[in-house]
Amino acid sequence: MLSYSFLQHYWWFLISLLGGLLTFLLTVQGGQSLIFTLGKDKSHRFLIVNALGRKWEFTYTTLVTFGGAFFASFPLFYSTSFGGAYWVWMLILLCFVIQAVAYEYMSKPGNTWGKKTYEIFLFLNGLLGTFLIGAAVATFFTGSEFTVNKANIASMITNSETGFVISQWANPLHGLEALFDVRNWLLGFAVFFLARTNANLFFINRIEDQSLVDKARKSLIYNAVPFLVFFLSFLIWILVGKGFSVDPATGAVSLVQYKYLMNLVEMPIVAILFLLGVVFVLFGIGRGIFAKSSTCGIWASGVGTVLTVTTLLLVAGYNNTPYYPSSVGDMSSSLTISNSSSSPFTLMAMSIVSILIPFVLAYIFYAWRALEKKKFRKEDLKEDGHVY
Amino acid sequence: MELLNSPLLDWSRAQFALTAMYHWLFVPLTLGLGLIMSIMETIYVKTGDEKWKKTAKFWMNLFGVNFAIGVATGLILEFEFGTNWSNYSWLVGDIFGAPLAIEGVLAFFMEATFISIMFFGWVRVSKKMHLASTWLTVTGATLSALWILVANSWMQYPTGTEFNPDTFRVEMNDFWAVALSPFAIAKFFHTVLSSWVLGAAFVCGISGWYLAKKRNVVFAKQSFKVGSVVGLVAILLTVFSGDFSAYMAAQKQPMKLAAMEGLYQGHKGEGLIVMALPNPAKKSYNDGVDPFIFKLEIPKALAALGYHDFDAFVPGITDIIKGGYIQENGEVALSFAEKQARGKIAREALLAYQTAVKDGKKADVEKYKTQLQNNYKYFGYSYFNSPEDTIPRIPEVYWSFHIMIYIGGYLILFFLLATFYSFKDKLDGKKWFLSLSVWTIPLVYICSESGWMVTELGRQPWAIQDILPLKAAVSALSSYAVMITFFLFLILFTALLIAEIRIMLNQIKKGPEAE
Repeated sequence: MLSYSFLQHYWWFLISLLGGLLTFLLTVQGGQSLIFTLGKDKSHRFLIVNALGRKWEFTYTTLVTFGGAFFASFPLFYSTSFGGAYWVWMLILLCFVIQAVAYEYMSKPGNTWGKKTYEIFLFLNGLLGTFLIGAAVATFFTGSEFTVNKANIASMITNSETGFVISQWANPLHGLEALFDVRNWLLGFAVFFLARTNANLFFINRIEDQSLVDKARKSLIYNAVPFLVFFLSFLIWILVGKGFSVDPATGAVSLVQYKYLMNLVEMPIVAILFLLGVVFVLFGIGRGIFAKSSTCGIWASGVGTVLTVTTLLLVAGYNNTPYYPSSVGDMSSSLTISNSSSSPFTLMAMSIVSILIPFVLAYIFYAWRALEKKKFRKEDLKEDGHVY
Repeated sequence: MELLNSPLLDWSRAQFALTAMYHWLFVPLTLGLGLIMSIMETIYVKTGDEKWKKTAKFWMNLFGVNFAIGVATGLILEFEFGTNWSNYSWLVGDIFGAPLAIEGVLAFFMEATFISIMFFGWVRVSKKMHLASTWLTVTGATLSALWILVANSWMQYPTGTEFNPDTFRVEMNDFWAVALSPFAIAKFFHTVLSSWVLGAAFVCGISGWYLAKKRNVVFAKQSFKVGSVVGLVAILLTVFSGDFSAYMAAQKQPMKLAAMEGLYQGHKGEGLIVMALPNPAKKSYNDGVDPFIFKLEIPKALAALGYHDFDAFVPGITDIIKGGYIQENGEVALSFAEKQARGKIAREALLAYQTAVKDGKKADVEKYKTQLQNNYKYFGYSYFNSPEDTIPRIPEVYWSFHIMIYIGGYLILFFLLATFYSFKDKLDGKKWFLSLSVWTIPLVYICSESGWMVTELGRQPWAIQDILPLKAAVSALSSYAVMITFFLFLILFTALLIAEIRIMLNQIKKGPEAE
């Protein structure tokens, strides 16, 4: 029988992996944020939109599954963060709602609001969606203002200030206060520029149009450099700064110098994978910029993105670290993988279902291959019969 | 700070209802049209007749337009469980989250992956692979419906779970009891079958328009034929699944059944109202005012529907509040006051249990745990002050139910005629029927939305039946914040709906030759 702790660690690993995959798939959003710069020419924009339009569902589905898996495995996070940091999550949701319809509607006659409106929807989704997700994830390291008291649900005092609600957000800005912390901005911009970097690499790999590929290579430099600056700034800040730590014996939460750095040191496999991830991303970017004939930078960068983000989230949740720290009072409301998870029975039931994940990945791989045998050319896209 | 007051609850409910009702405009068409276009493509692959390919592609195009907006509204719905129903998310996350996660892993990815092949793979994969992808897209969509309906059914009939006083939440102890509860089975079949009815009515309506205009006659007749058969089979099966749903409501949610019929005072062998004029002067369950000015009913039909026994006692709202009648399981029904008292005992025991654990008093721990377990099934009643709080809004539930029944009855006749006329090739001369088929489209949407309104409004005031009322499930937010997001979603969804309808009308005007 698997232990409760193992199941909690397993599910945090799956959540982290989903986070890593989602960040890689934000390539679609990164590409959307480039439609007005790389796609000034009409035929270029057509190619960009159609290349991305065949992938948007994957990002969307991963986001939905990420939410569902979080709800299922760590419901206290779901109730605390979503019910508390209301404005941040609502803004993220709005960004994604406008994306879902944009591809399907933009080129269809009778779309009411005009093609430009849907292009702006895509651009906004690319710009705000990536930044806000990055900033929201940064709070996993920088903390949020909330308290949790499970006994509230049985409180006999009704209509009081605390009421029946278990998770209370302590800041009236309900999540927007995260914008007052520079570190959240740093990760927000890092994710934004990473998505654009990967999008440029994706265009280089998938599109058969030399002038567009040349533009993407140039754009790659302008996005990869800021990505590295923002990402390294965030990384250094959290590694050398104070991090949130839980005393496994008492459950007390405190701020400990070099906590996240020590997590890497104390989890060498995670550290190695993290470093490998960073190297892969750098290698992918390097191939894209310097090897003019190479088109495979996206694969290295993609694998690197998944590895880096997954391990970064493991650092946030493993090794007696609260993955969603509360910066209020004695910080005892902080969420850890042990105090916020579902019951052993539910985690076990879902773990059995998760055995099917490789099968799911296999048919995604098949579908991807089937549609991507050839690079995108304007003529081929029209032949396919469903164009945006 | 404003918490748990009525405006917050009202706006939170309004926002969730808005999202759910918009979402439910698109989901049934995805399920119904998905089935029909899959059948059409199957005929194409079997016969090699290009006309069927064109027909399937036309409907697929409309499917795509509808699918996109369904996905958008679905995303919001999933996250609103957390954003607006924070307490609910914690209390039931252990049960509710699991189907949602399984839905994501097994159904959404299937849908998302194979829909790409369905739309873009006509020349990139073989005919058979394409057909398989179309069926897998529809299967994925249907499986999505299954898991979310499992979760919803658990809210109506909590089973396979127990309350854990250490974690202050309900925890699953029997996955299959949750996944295969009779409520879930009834709801799944009723929902999916009624979605097929909606898809069939949509196809028949649009095909009828072409035939009335004498345009694309072969395509329209082909489509009408498939639509009418699917519609007829589905509506007949929907009736059976609806009967089972009503039976389950009678067993587990008698208040909902009473509200559906506006039944205040129960009797043995209660009749089912066919037509009635509700009395607007009726304000309270115990004001003595007759709830109807006039009513025409089928004798004993409600008893038969709810209990499969013509002479069974069907409790009315007053009976449920006053208790004292013998239930199906042989137990005497408790009154509201008794349930409230036992709910309070459960809540006090929960708090006392916590104190006992902290103080290390083992005897007290056991005592309060037992007390909690014995009274837990009435836990939610402790949050109410008066019996009126437990009654759903009768007019809304009553009319939703009856509108659903009226239109459902009409649909049986419509699909009988549609099948007869299309297979006898007599549609050409039936202009009145072709017009009727067009008007059936809005009617079937009203029927579908009414069905959901019965389910959800009839469940009020509960988030989880008898365990968690909505007022204890809501997030601690300002009502203004929720009001702002409500209007944001209202404007956005409406704008997108207008675009969707106009795109569809445009595609329909252009016809299948545009493919």
